[in-house]
Formats: sequence, C-alpha cells, structure tokens
Amino acid sequence: MYEIIAFYVFSALTIGMFGIVVMSSNALYAMSALAGGMIFISGFFFILDAEFLGVVQIVVYSGAIMALYAFGMMFFDTTRDVSEKMRSKKIAYSLSISSAILVVSILCAPLVGESVESLYPSIEGVGNVQMIGVVLFTKYLVPFELAAIMLLVAMISGIVLASKKMDEYLAIEDEEIEDVKEGK
Amino acid sequence: MITLTHYLVLTGILFSIGLVGVMRRTNLLMLFFSTEILLNAINIGFVAVSKYYNDLSGQLFAFFIIAVAASEVAVGLGLLILWYKRNGSVDLNSLQTMKG
Amino acid sequence: MENYLYTALFAPLASSLFVALFAARPKMLFTGIVASLLIAISMIASFVLLIDVNTYGPLHVTMMDWIAAGNLEVPFGFVVDEVSVIMMVTVTLVSTIVHIYSIGYMDHDKSFNRFFSYLSAFVFSMMILVMSDNFVGLFIGWEGVGLCSWLLIGFWYHKHSASWAANEAFIMNRIADLGMLMGLFLIYWTVGSFQYDEFFASVKTMDPTILTTIGIFLFIGAMGKSAQFPLHTWLADAMEGPTPVSALIHAATMVTAGVYLVIRCGELYTLIPDVGFAIASLGAFVAIFAASMALVNNDLKRIIAYSTLSQLGYMFVAAGLGAYWIALFHLMTHAFFKSLLFLGAGNVMHAMHDELNIKKMGGLYGSMKATAILMSVASVALAGIYPFAGFFSKDKILEVAFSEGAYFLWFALFIGAGLTAFYSFRLVMLVFFGEKEYVKYGIHPHEAQPFVIYALLPLGLLAVVAGFLEHTFEGFVTRLLSQYEIHIEHGTETLLIAATLGIALSGIAFAVYMYRRGGFSKAWEERFCYKLLSNQYYIPKLYELYIMRPFSALANFAWQKIDTKVVDLTVDLIAKMVYSTGEKSRKMQSGNLSDMLRWMVVGMVVLLILAFVYRPMV
Repeated sequence: MYEIIAFYVFSALTIGMFGIVVMSSNALYAMSALAGGMIFISGFFFILDAEFLGVVQIVVYSGAIMALYAFGMMFFDTTRDVSEKMRSKKIAYSLSISSAILVVSILCAPLVGESVESLYPSIEGVGNVQMIGVVLFTKYLVPFELAAIMLLVAMISGIVLASKKMDEYLAIEDEEIEDVKEGK
Repeated sequence: MITLTHYLVLTGILFSIGLVGVMRRTNLLMLFFSTEILLNAINIGFVAVSKYYNDLSGQLFAFFIIAVAASEVAVGLGLLILWYKRNGSVDLNSLQTMKG
Repeated sequence: MENYLYTALFAPLASSLFVALFAARPKMLFTGIVASLLIAISMIASFVLLIDVNTYGPLHVTMMDWIAAGNLEVPFGFVVDEVSVIMMVTVTLVSTIVHIYSIGYMDHDKSFNRFFSYLSAFVFSMMILVMSDNFVGLFIGWEGVGLCSWLLIGFWYHKHSASWAANEAFIMNRIADLGMLMGLFLIYWTVGSFQYDEFFASVKTMDPTILTTIGIFLFIGAMGKSAQFPLHTWLADAMEGPTPVSALIHAATMVTAGVYLVIRCGELYTLIPDVGFAIASLGAFVAIFAASMALVNNDLKRIIAYSTLSQLGYMFVAAGLGAYWIALFHLMTHAFFKSLLFLGAGNVMHAMHDELNIKKMGGLYGSMKATAILMSVASVALAGIYPFAGFFSKDKILEVAFSEGAYFLWFALFIGAGLTAFYSFRLVMLVFFGEKEYVKYGIHPHEAQPFVIYALLPLGLLAVVAGFLEHTFEGFVTRLLSQYEIHIEHGTETLLIAATLGIALSGIAFAVYMYRRGGFSKAWEERFCYKLLSNQYYIPKLYELYIMRPFSALANFAWQKIDTKVVDLTVDLIAKMVYSTGEKSRKMQSGNLSDMLRWMVVGMVVLLILAFVYRPMV
C-alpha cells in the first residue's frame, strides 16, 4: 500500500524535476532541479531495499557532483539566462517521443525470463550494507580497485586541466615552454 | 502491486527526458546535466531488476556507474574550463570548426 | 614433299612479316628484292608440287589442331590436289611478276616498304584460301584476301576517293560473306564437319532442299568476291589502288576466289543443276552488262576492270553449267593476259604521269614499243583469236553453252565476244595509235625500265602458248573434277568456232577502222544510251539513293537519339545519383555537436525499431 503511494509520488516528482532540468532557460533553476531529482531517485533506491546505494547516491551525486556543477556554474557566469537557439525543434521532439514510445512498448511486453539464476542472492536476516560489503570486497574486488585508480586519475586530470599553468602552456610555442621551465 | 514493469517504464520515460535534453540543449553545461539524467535513469532500472530477481549484481553495477559518473564529471568540467578560457563561450555552436 | 607445301605456304608470310619491320621507314630497295625473292621461292615450290601431284597424286597434310570444342573439330589442314595446285601455280607466278614489276612501278612512292608487306600478306591469304582442306580455312583465307584488298586499294589513304573505294569493296564483300557464313553454318549443321572430303562424301545422301540452300548461300559469298551483279560496283572503284594491286588482285587472284569456290564445290553443284543454271544465267548477264559499260568508258583502268568483270561472267557460265575444268582453264589463261594488260596499262600511266583518260593519249607506239606490243598481244588473247590462249578457253565455254541447249546464253556470250574484241582494240587504238593528244598537255612519255619489261615477258609468252596446254590440262585436272563431254556434232562445232572467230575479228576490224579515222562523232555522246552506259546504268547512284542515304540517316538517328540521349543519359544518371547522394550526405558531417547528438538518437531509434520488429530473443 505504502509502496504504491510512494512509488507514484516519487515518480511524479522525479519526472517533474527532470522536466525542469531539460526545459528551463534559467541555469540556476535547472541545477537545483537536478539536485532535487537526485534526492528523489535516492528515495527510489530506499523503496527497493538498496539502502547502501541510496546513501551513496545522496552523498556522491547530490553532494559531490552537484557541488562540482555549482562551482562550474559560478565559473562560467551562467547565472544569467541561457539563451539558446534550437534548430529544428520538430525533429528533436519527434525523435524523443518516438524513442519513448518504443522503449515503453518494448518494456511493456511480457518479460520472459526462463531459468534466470541469481548470482548473488540476498540472504534473509543480513542487512543490505553487510551483503554489499561482502560481495564488493570478495567478488568485485578487482573492479573496485580499478575504479579507485580511475577516480585518482580523474582527480589529477581535473587539477591539471584547470590549473593556471595549463592555460599558459596551451598558448605558447614549444621552445617557449623550455624557457618557462628554466624560469626565464 | 508495483511490478518490475512499472519501474522499467519509469526508466524508459526518464531516459527519453534525458534524450530530449541532449538534443535540445546548446549550452554545454546543460548538456552535462542531461547526461546525468540518462545515467540516473539507468541506475533505477538496474536496481529494480536486482530487487525483483533477488540478485545483488544489479546494485553493484549501479554502484560502479555512480563511480564512473563522478570521474566523468571531473574530467568533463576540466575540459569545459579550458575551452571557456580559450573561446570565452560555452555555447555548442562555438565548438564547430568543420564547415560540413 | 610436305616441306615444299610449307615453303609454298609460308614463304609469302615470312616475306610480309620481314618487310613489315621496315614499313614505317622510307624506301629501302632491298625490301622489294627480298619480297620478290621469297615469292619466287614460293612459286618454285608450287611448280615442284605440280610435278609431284602429277606423278604421285594429291598430298594431304594436317599441320595442327585448331578448334577442338565439343563436337566441333577444325584442324589447320592443307590439301594439294590437282585443282589447288593449278591455282597455286597461277597465283604465285602472277604474284612474282607483279612483285618484280612493283619494284619499278612504286619507285618514287614513299610507302614503298609498306606496299610489299601488304602485297605479300595478300599472297599468303590467297595461298591459305586455295590450299585449305576445310571450309573454315577457306573462309580464313577469304577474309584475309578481303582485308588485304582493303589495305591495298586504300593504299594511298590520304586520298578520300581511295579510302572510300576501299571501304566500299570491303563492305560489299562483307555483305556477301554473310551469305557464305550461312552456307557454312548449314554445312556444319547437316554434316557435322567442315572438311571437304567428309562433306562431299555425304553430299549424295542429303536432302535436296538443304543442298539447294547451301549452294545458293555459298554462291552469294562467291558473288561478293567475284563481283557479280548486284555486288559489282566495287570492282570498278577498286581501280583507285596502285596498278600492280589491280593486276594481282582484281585480275588474277582475289576475284577468281569465287570461281574457285564453285569449282571446288563442283560435286555439290552437279546435284543441283537448277542453281547451276541460275549461276550460268547470271554469269552471262554480267558478261554482256560489263562489256557494254566498257564500250564507252574513257578511264584506262576501268575499261580493263569491266573486261575482268565480263570474263568472270564467262567463268561462271562454265562453272554453272557443270564444265568445271573449262572454268578453271579459262581462269588460268585469263589470269595471264589480264594481268599483262594491267601491268602494261601501269607502264602507260607511268609514262603519262598518272593520267588515266585515254582521250588524252594517243600515238604512244612511237615512244613505248615494248609495252605496246605486249598490250596488243594481251588484247588479241583476250579477244579470243587463234592461236592465242583466249581462243581455246573462251571458245570452249561457248561450246559448253551451246551443247547444254542454252541457246540464249550462247547468244549472249557470242555478242559478248564481239563487244570484248571491240573495246579491247578501242583501247589499244586510242592509246597507242592515232593523234598524239598528249602533246597538248606537255607530257613527255618514256618507256618503263628494262627489268620491268623483262618481267612482263613470261606473261606475254604464256598468253600466247598457254592455249596449247589444253589437253594436258584437261587430263590432269579431270582426275579430280568431273569429266565434261561436249555433245555437238563435228560440223556444228566447226561452224560455231568459225562464227565466234568471225565476230571477234569483225569487232577488231571495226575498232581499228573507226579509230583510225578519229573515232565516233561527238554527237554520240548526247544520246541516252551513251549516257546510260557511261554512268554505269546509274546503278551506283541507285545504291547511294536507296541504300546508303537511308542507312546513314538511320545511323545518324541511332547515334543522336538513341546513343546520346538514352544510353549516355542512363549511365550519367547512375553517376549523378551516386554523386548527389554523396553531396546530400555531406551535411551529416557538419561538425555541430547538437546535430551529431541528434543523429545518435536517430540511430538508437532505428535499432529500437529493429529490435521491436525482429525480436530474435523471443
């Protein structure tokens, strides 16, 4: 009962929020709506008994990523209204509507899944976090480590790309780079 | 009863909204927003399937998608900053140097 | 013995190929000498083969397999029997003399080397034609002589009239070759082989309708080569080529190929006497037809060309009525005196600086005694006066016509004999005797070089004595060909001979008498019959009006309306379609990120549609 209400409320809210993100011309509104949408998606995760993922969603997405976007918005001076000239609106809308219809109709078709085995079934009595921890650090250890390295690389690249020196390096010739390195 | 189909339909709708954003927006930052929407829609789908088939693999997949999305945003914003410093505009049409 | 066969066959080819190496260079005397030498070698080999065939009999050689495809087997085979060895001797003898003559005649021509190459190639093709032992080999030789004739008639290709005449000859031959090919196809279809022996063995058991059809088709081929009506206009126009060409090709060899074909297929034509009679009638018609046109013509070589045409008619009368050895005999003697006439005419042309109009000549006897004597000898032989060669052969033909009961044919040939005598001596009188018209044009004629005259002497000798070889000839050739009995009483025969001789002598006398006194009055030239004859009965004009003009209009239409508008357009359309597709697709690569994203979504939608429609999983 509660599940049905919660599902419909959350889905309405999510669709509304994301609608604002896509259609609004004010950048601030769009960003805020995105953050809101993330939170509601986290709500979905909680309904689906994925508590760990729900928390991670709030922490990573709404916390870190939206913060990044906020800093970016400040940098680009996009608080003003974004004026966009969209070309051939009809094509875009017709394409998205057709794809939506197609996806829905595909997915509404009866799902036939014979002998679907679950690889890592959840056990009664054990909490979700605990289960995830077990699976993550035993079966998915290598992807976990690789993801860690990838995040490290992303961080370094973010720092390098945005630094002041980078700007200068891009604007000068190769010989001058040598000179700058030697401090002339 | 909320069946898996409900969640998958929701995923489809959210994905289409993301597509609209991708096609419509000419401000690069807004484009990134739409990409986030796409990823999140997929996350819902994975977790829903995981719940209804009683398999943890879906949740872990969603977990890794979140990790990837994070690093993608970092790198993407870095590049965007560079481009802005070069050209002074974040508009999609300023990216075009090919004449077709 | 086979070595002699190969020598006789391939010596001309070797000569042609060797001289062809120098074809583009300026005149080199040794090419002519080498060519003449090699043809002379071929001639000697032919004579040896003649003696050999006389002693031992025919020689049959298969050199190698050519076509072996399923049931069709055609080898390169050669047969030297009585008929082909006579042809070989005639061809090589006249060719050698013509080659030697050409060294003198083409003296100042800058394409000297090329001429000998073509001439030797012609001799080679003709040898293949007469020596082959199957119909396909015959056809190869047939086409080869057609080609070489085209090359030689159009030798001076810069002249528009020469290349036009060459094309006319070749095209007319080609039209006739279609008939010949149909005949060849029918032969293969009924017999399954192209070999002469197999064909003639099964000829007796074949259906008469098929035989008639084959006979007609083969004769159509012969009509083109031997310039029978209506495919005769090319022979007169072929005089555009150099005179040695006319002597060799259009007097002695190529035009006799048609007669050779009929003689070779004698066993076939004896079984279809109706077709034979039709051939004979056509021959008699051509004999008179050509003789009439020669009466009024003023062109030196054309008169002799019409004379050839007329004599070919005589040969076909003999062959059509079944007297094959007589046709062959006349072929041989005719070759000698006709080529002599042509070569003599060449001398005259050279002396008169290539002037052809006999009205502008006259009284050349004083400056060109040797040529005059030779030409007179040849003319007498042509007219058929005893004891020269023409008398024996021509008279025999008249007797054949009479004994077959074809009195109309006999009468036509009889009149033809008179006309022949008249125009031959008209020519001689106007050229060598009478008023010296050439003085008005400031020409100083001189005799040809001595070696040229010496080369012509054997021909003159043969024109005189060849007639006496008649009985040996008959005995020799009828080993292969059928015997022919002439059924006339001795008294009637003497009367006929006397009548023929009489009309020939009267023709000569009339010509000498008229042209002594300065010829006919100008008033004759206004009359309709004169105009008719001198315009060749307006037949070339007819051909041009009713055949050439519509055909070239059709070709023009096909070119402009069909080829350019339809075919080219279709090809261009395909190319344009490809190009325009590329042009339009170019817009896809605009470099605009928004556009690219849209194309991505389009691709995704297409994939979704496919997944929806195909559903391979389900």
